Formats: sequence, structure tokens, C-alpha cells
Amino acid sequence: MRMKSLRIIYPLFFLTPFFILFLSFGLFPVLFSILISFHQWKGMGDMKFVGLLNYAYFLLKDQYFWKTIKITLWLLVFGSLTQHFIAIPCAIILNNRLIRGRDVFKTAYFLPYITNTISIALIFNYIFGNNYGFLNFILESLGLGRYNWLINKNLIPPAIATVVNWRYIGWNTIIYIAGLQAIPEDLYEAATIDGANSLQKHINITIPLLLPIIFFAVTLSVIGGMQLFDEPFIMTEGYGGMGGTDNAGFTAAFYIMWQLQRAGRLGRGSAISWLLFLFVLIITLIHRRIILQLQGKEGNE
Amino acid sequence: MSKKSRLKIQKIMRFIKKSLLYVFLIFFFFIFTFPFYYVFVLATRSYETIFNIPPPFTFGSHVVHNFNKLITQLPFAFNFINSSVITVGATVTRIFFCTMAGFALAKYRFPGRKFVYTLVLLILMFPRFFTIIPLFKMMVWLKWVNTYLPMIIPGMTEAIGIFLMTQFMANSIPDELMDAARIDGLNDFQILLRVVFPLSKPGISVLGTITFIGSWNDFLYALVMLPERIMQTLPVALSSLYLMAEGDFGALMLGNAITILPLLVVFVFFSKTIINNFLAGSVKG
Repeated sequence: MRMKSLRIIYPLFFLTPFFILFLSFGLFPVLFSILISFHQWKGMGDMKFVGLLNYAYFLLKDQYFWKTIKITLWLLVFGSLTQHFIAIPCAIILNNRLIRGRDVFKTAYFLPYITNTISIALIFNYIFGNNYGFLNFILESLGLGRYNWLINKNLIPPAIATVVNWRYIGWNTIIYIAGLQAIPEDLYEAATIDGANSLQKHINITIPLLLPIIFFAVTLSVIGGMQLFDEPFIMTEGYGGMGGTDNAGFTAAFYIMWQLQRAGRLGRGSAISWLLFLFVLIITLIHRRIILQLQGKEGNE
Repeated sequence: MSKKSRLKIQKIMRFIKKSLLYVFLIFFFFIFTFPFYYVFVLATRSYETIFNIPPPFTFGSHVVHNFNKLITQLPFAFNFINSSVITVGATVTRIFFCTMAGFALAKYRFPGRKFVYTLVLLILMFPRFFTIIPLFKMMVWLKWVNTYLPMIIPGMTEAIGIFLMTQFMANSIPDELMDAARIDGLNDFQILLRVVFPLSKPGISVLGTITFIGSWNDFLYALVMLPERIMQTLPVALSSLYLMAEGDFGALMLGNAITILPLLVVFVFFSKTIINNFLAGSVKG
């Protein structure tokens, strides 16, 4: 009897730190955040209940909110999703046993992923600089002229997207290589006998069989991309810059951080957090639908 | 004759195709490695030569000068120590508490086990960023702002860690071993320390890699929790030096190089293990 009760006590004892930390730093902040979002609060003094006013304000009246959502979505497509179109071919090539030095390539491609975003953003700031920037030097030597990458409002988003792509292509390549290794080789042999060329093989065999991995990798990209803050923060000169010219790099996560650290409006910041979270949920659901539909189609054929 | 020449054409075509693949791979190799090379080039350059046209391609001789600038403009030694203590502290504590919790979920049957495990999976999907505002406010109340505590304590039982360790132990630590240890007279806490920890090395290596690199690289959380200059971690210190009007660019790049270097060296030597650990930590998660 004593043994048996101990068997229950031990696991509960082992889980106690988790329970305590989950309740205090997991669950409580979520509930507290919902509460704050219904109040006007500077972080000190009294909280003034305003109901849904914060939400209504951002959805209907605020001059930045929809802009930040638009920029976040733009960067999601051209920063976080574009990388998969490069990562999949890279993975297919690096999965080819006839290619030499695959480990060297994998190491080099993965390097950006283990490096902190600030170091990366700082070096790219130099590369994208207008007068003395490395990229402009190359472009000018090629006779293509120079561009104000981090000043022109139309060029800020592509510059940020480039850095995001640069950091995560290698990571996705590695994920896709792992996915490719799970595809049985006899499928390709059968297709070769049927006379398919390598492009046809990849479109008809690789991509459909890779769909679950694509879903997984893209989901990670979406969740990360919707929280994009570090790169735009550095590349558009911090809170003072507010995303640079015409707020071209002012992402939703940036806006939340700005509300917290610059404006000190915790109620409003929390309201944007929940609105952004809602967007993440919706996009993830849509993405799931698309993948399920694609998979269903493949299944029927 | 025609057959022979056709074979020859085929061979040439194959060669061209393969060369194109290498061109593609090498192109991206340069794209991904050049910025790293360039950080180190700029770290050795004086402010004036950095902004020369054409830009410098080779190493300069201004390391010492840049270093002196760096330590006058930033409390850089503190920043380095802060980053190190937080990274080691977060990694060690997370390994300990997640292994403990994972052990409970993987090797015991108790009421509510399923519920707790589902809870872990749910938390796994909720990014902490969305509660950064209340978390900051809580840290103010606890007087934890500008201490190492907010960087270590809340992450000790991170869901990803519990999930990984539960999965690992459920698959690779046999129940018989625990029974044998019990017969030998060990209590469950001793089993955890003497049997489970040594046997969990592969799982711990995965969790340790992710946590170590994630913690060293963390910016957003540190930016919020450590506003004091002397408490800042390396990425935050670099960002503040950059945003400072009179910040020296050569010094900044030297600081940048020093921040990147430790992980870079470790990664080049253990890239295979580290990549595989990241993969195990994500594909399962």
C-alpha cells in the first residue's frame, strides 16, 4: 500500500516545478494579458476598464495597425514562404549521393540559423548601406546603379525579406533533406523505367510525398514570421525609426514591442497581441486546409 | 559511329548538368558564408577604411584599436559574462527540470498523466511572445528586471524540453531497468539521478543544443527584461551600440565577431551532431 501511494507521489513531485512555473509564467500571463487588453493602463497606477475599446480602436481607427498587419503579411509571403522555393531544390540536390562535399554545403547553409538575428541584421545593414554599402558597390560596378535600400520605402521590405530568407533557407533545407530520405527509392526506379525525366519525377513523386514535411516546415515559418521583430527593429533604426520611411518595416510584433517599451501602453499592446494571435490561428488553419486538399487530390489520383 | 557519338553527347550533357548543380550549390555557399567572412574583415578595420570605396575585402590591422573603442563604448566584459551565465544557467536548469518532468510522464502511470501531457502539447503551440507584456509587468513586481532570473526561471520547464524528454525516455529507457534498480534498493529520486540521467544522454544532447544556442542568441526577451547597460546580454548590447549616435562601426563589428565566434567554432567542429540535434528537436516537436 505504501509503495503504491509513493508511486503516485513521486511523479507528482517530479512534475511540481512544471506545475508551479506553468501556473505562474504560462497560464497567469495569458489570463492577465486578456484582462489588460480590456483596460487602459500605463503599467503603473490604476487600470481603467474600457471594455472592447482597445480592440475597436485598432480595428477601426488606429493609423498603424492595418499597415503593420499588411507589412507582416507581405514579409510572411516574401520572407518566410519564399525560402521554401529555394530550400526544396537545395535539399533535392544535396540529397543526391553523387554530389561531393555535401556535409560542407550543409554546414555552410546551416550557419545562419545558429547565428543570432542581431549580428545578422547588423552585417546586412552594412551590406545594404546606401553610400558605402557592399551591395551598392557591386551593383554600381555592374552598371546597375545604386539604391537606397534601407531608406526608400519600397526597398525596405525586400531588404528585410532578403535577410529573413538568408537566415532560414539552410534550416529548411535540412528539414527537407530529412523528409527526402524517408521517400522509398524504388518509387523513383519505377518512374525511371516508365521513362520519366528527373523534373517529372520530382513533381510527381517528391513534392506529393513531401507534403507533410512541407506543412510542418511552413507552419514553423508562419508562426515565426508573424512574430518578426529583430530584423526590422535593427534594419530600421530601432523604436525611434518605427519601421523607417513611411513605416515600411513596421511589423505587428514591432508595434507590440513599441507599445510596451516606447509608448508604455500595456492595454493597447495586449490588444494587438491577441489580434495578431488571431491572425496566426486563421493563417495556420487556412494553410492546413490547403495542404489537406492537396493531399486529398493526390490520394484520389 | 553514330551510336558512339550519341553516347559521347550524353556524357557531355551529364557533365554539364552536374556542373550546373555544383554552380548552384557553390553560389549559395558564398551567399551564406560571405557575410560571416565580412564580419571578421570589418572587425579588423578602422572606421575610415570601412567606409571606403571600394569596400575592404581583406583583413586590416585595427583589432586592438577597435577593441579599445569597444570596451569604452560598452561594458563588454559584463555583456559577455551575462550572456555566458544566462546561457549556461538556462541550459543546465532546463535539462535538469525537463528530464525530471519527462521521467514522470514517460515512466509512471498516474491519474491525470494524459491531461498533463496534452497540456504540454498545447503549451508547445503557444508562442511566448504573445504574453511578453504581462510577463514584463510580473517581472517588475517580482523585482526580477535586470537580474538573470527572468532569463532562466520561466524557461526551466519549457514545453519543448518536457516533450522531447518524455518522447525520448518512453522509447529508450526500458521499464525493467527501473524495476531492477528498485530491487537494488534505490528510491525513485536516486533512480532519476543515477539511472535515468546517464541513460538520457542522447535526449539531453538534443535539448542542450537547442537551449544553448537559443539562449545565447535570444534578443527580444533580453531586450525587455535587461534594460540596464551592465546587465545586457551580447545581442542587446550590440543593438544598443548600433543605435547609439556616436557608436563606432569598427568596434561594433568586432563585438559582433566576438558574439558570433564561440558558436561558429563549435559548429564547424560538431556541425553534423548539432544539425542532427536541431532536426531531432524540431521534427519530433
